[in-house]
Amino acid sequence: MTWVNAVIQGMLLGGLYALIACGLSLTFGVMRIVNLAHGDLAVCGAYLALVLSTFFGVPVWVTLPLLLPAAFAVGVALQLLLFGRALRHGVLAPVLVTFGLAVMIENLLQVAATSDPRGLNGGALALASFHIGSITVSWLFLAAFLTACAVLSGLQLLLSHTSWGRKVRATSDDLDTARLVGIKVRPVFATVAGIAVATAALAGVFIGTIGTFDPLTGTNILIFAFEAVVIGGIGSLWGTLVGGVIMGVTQVVVGEANQAYAVLAVNLLFLAVLTVRPGGLFTSRQAAGELQGQGAPG
Amino acid sequence: MSEPEALLDIADLDVFYGDFQALFGVSMSVIRGGATALVGANGAGKTTLLRTIAGAQAAAAGFVRYDGSDITTAPPYRRISRGIALVPEGRKLFPSLTVEENIQVGAAAAASDAWPLDRIYTVFPVIARRRRQRASTLSGGEQQAVAIARALASGPTLLLLDEISLGLAPLLVEELYETLSGLRSAGATMVIVEQDLRRAMDACDSLVCLLEGRVALAAPVASVSRDEVVAAYFGEGTS
Amino acid sequence: MTRDTAVGSRDAEPSVTLVAVSRWSAAASAFTGACVVAVLILAVIPYVIGGPAEQPLITLLTFVAMASLWNLLAGFSGLTSFGQQAYIGVGAYALYLVAAHGINPFGGIVLAALVAAVVSLPVSALVLRLSGGYFAVATLVVAATFQIIATLSPSVGGTTGVSVPGLAGYGDVLREALTYWATLAVAVISVAGVYLLVRRTFGLDARAVGSDPVAAASSGVRVGRIRLLAYLVAAGGAGAVGALIALQTLYVEPTSAFSIQYSVDMLFMVLIGGMGTIEGPIVGALVLFALQETLSAYGAWYLVIVGGLAVVTTLVAPRGLWGLASERLGWSLLPVGYRVRSPSR
Repeated sequence: MTWVNAVIQGMLLGGLYALIACGLSLTFGVMRIVNLAHGDLAVCGAYLALVLSTFFGVPVWVTLPLLLPAAFAVGVALQLLLFGRALRHGVLAPVLVTFGLAVMIENLLQVAATSDPRGLNGGALALASFHIGSITVSWLFLAAFLTACAVLSGLQLLLSHTSWGRKVRATSDDLDTARLVGIKVRPVFATVAGIAVATAALAGVFIGTIGTFDPLTGTNILIFAFEAVVIGGIGSLWGTLVGGVIMGVTQVVVGEANQAYAVLAVNLLFLAVLTVRPGGLFTSRQAAGELQGQGAPG
Repeated sequence: MSEPEALLDIADLDVFYGDFQALFGVSMSVIRGGATALVGANGAGKTTLLRTIAGAQAAAAGFVRYDGSDITTAPPYRRISRGIALVPEGRKLFPSLTVEENIQVGAAAAASDAWPLDRIYTVFPVIARRRRQRASTLSGGEQQAVAIARALASGPTLLLLDEISLGLAPLLVEELYETLSGLRSAGATMVIVEQDLRRAMDACDSLVCLLEGRVALAAPVASVSRDEVVAAYFGEGTS
Repeated sequence: MTRDTAVGSRDAEPSVTLVAVSRWSAAASAFTGACVVAVLILAVIPYVIGGPAEQPLITLLTFVAMASLWNLLAGFSGLTSFGQQAYIGVGAYALYLVAAHGINPFGGIVLAALVAAVVSLPVSALVLRLSGGYFAVATLVVAATFQIIATLSPSVGGTTGVSVPGLAGYGDVLREALTYWATLAVAVISVAGVYLLVRRTFGLDARAVGSDPVAAASSGVRVGRIRLLAYLVAAGGAGAVGALIALQTLYVEPTSAFSIQYSVDMLFMVLIGGMGTIEGPIVGALVLFALQETLSAYGAWYLVIVGGLAVVTTLVAPRGLWGLASERLGWSLLPVGYRVRSPSR
């Protein structure tokens, strides 16, 4: 019975991975930037939540209405000040800049908060679980999963049914033509970056509540986010949920057998998918081609 | 006696792609309500010129004046809101958007009262039937119609069309040109890049021929013969 | 040579003047000579000065080797790998295994390089399908995976690590001197190797691939082979560096052997020094060395500055310090390209 429990747990964990991954997927899909600081921005979100929740003496959830808009603003600022400029310096520049940014963030956090592992106060939610038959479900994990689904659905709705969404999709299809037909690309990029950082911060809060975090956790978060995107498929938001779930189930199930091998198993799974289907399970051929360096269309 | 005003006035335009110069001192003008055919061999600079007018390409020297003001450094969205729209070579529809979404996106910079969706669908009934389909699933002719419709969505006064007949059956091209002629009657000004000389000279009242980035010939259609155009096209100089 | 004017209005063909295409220059010859002298001087340091000079020079020379190799990957071939630490770690562990089997640890450096190169072969089959940012993160994943594997392998000490045997027979002074010479050799081979590789067609091909793989492929460049060669050479070199580090610290454990800090350093050196030039990484190594010596007391702030400088350099001075100097002053001490000189004047 513990196996069923493990699978359920893994699926819910997969939701969290999808939440981390969707921001990375968006920035790559729309701006063709792999933000190597993505994981570190999630950790920043966790630290900021820690500061706010300690200061106000409330569980982290209460800090979200303050945290998320702040994260969005940070994303917009990063895009306008850094990423936008990096894009104009060639294909490698965003990679180098985001890596440099990651180093800066990790070490600034180190200076500000030391390398002690921290945890977030999730209130009653973090501790409670309920039972269905002999299966135990943690409320926190369930909340992470449901939040991920809500965010993905919300994003999908925005993309499919709003004028903004049309502009975003057009820009990801063909940047040059998007400019040509009069789409203002800078606001599109800025809002997408804002959403990416906001979702990262939200994911960071869950990560910090479920486990612990320290200044260097960001790299692992980046790796997991990246793996979820690749396994699920570049360019597909719901694909990141599938990717995340597959990863989560693998991690928890293997962890049941031997905890030390859990993360390794996920990495090996990723490498296997990379070998067999480098574009991921749900990717478009166009996106897979770009992944392999065949250049953007148009 | 006043001259008919030029809606579009280009002078001494130099355009570079990196170190490569694509246009050398190109000048031309188009009067309001006129239609200019832009012809020339592949690589002559026709697409570059249209893209520069639309703002997708920067000019290193020279100026572009539209409706009295200098738009040389204006970005595409500003040019669109002032009434210029380009139907790009190769159509360049957004593959993951539906037909209707492609058209709607054309109005991103300037929604037009003159050209609401309904009117666009009246002009292009074929694509009306496919409005909810992904643009990439349409035939060549239908995609071309969508590309033109997308440009119309911003209610342009100046329509730039780059090789709309490419890869299409003659009957479809005929239909497209009839639609264009209808737009002209409604007052649109046009610059049309067209490989088919006969069609270009039939549809337009003025002609500019580019050769290797320079203007080889610029004259009203009525005053040049086809042979003269061909000569300019291939660079066979006189004297 | 002139041609008769054609019938028609063509102008007379301009006369063709002969131009000289040179790959070398007096400055380059002088500099190469100076380099040889410098290497000879460096080689005798253990005899002349000994211990106090060796330690910092070992650090500096290791930097030079790492920077040159990363430049081969990113600067010349467009492969921004943030996972070279995978092969540094492999090299370190390989050296341990070699020494544990009784082979001379200094000879083991070569074996470590070979092992790293061999290991990189299957990895390359996976990661070289990707490019840009995706390639970068994939290399990170590979390095992280290697690290986990090391922690799970009791035969190499798992999480605790192992100490490098086989060096007890050497006295301290001799061991340090030998390590120093080995480091010098690896640094010289790295720089010279990359230089010779890049001067040949490989260099042109690699740069073409680095700037536009699609165009390069359509011009007949075997894109796949170029990237593979660059990746293998860089991996082998990283393996040698890893072996050197193991010889120095005499202890190998996963967290430091596979530390991402190596990638941070490599990125910084090549960016600051100048991507895509031979001299650049050397300049970058000097800068990093200087920064580390002066700022290491400030702990994490030092890295904040390193990261910040990397960001600023990419945006403001993408060609690095050497690139700036070379543009302004026309210096090219180790030229890899071709220069056209018109005759006389």
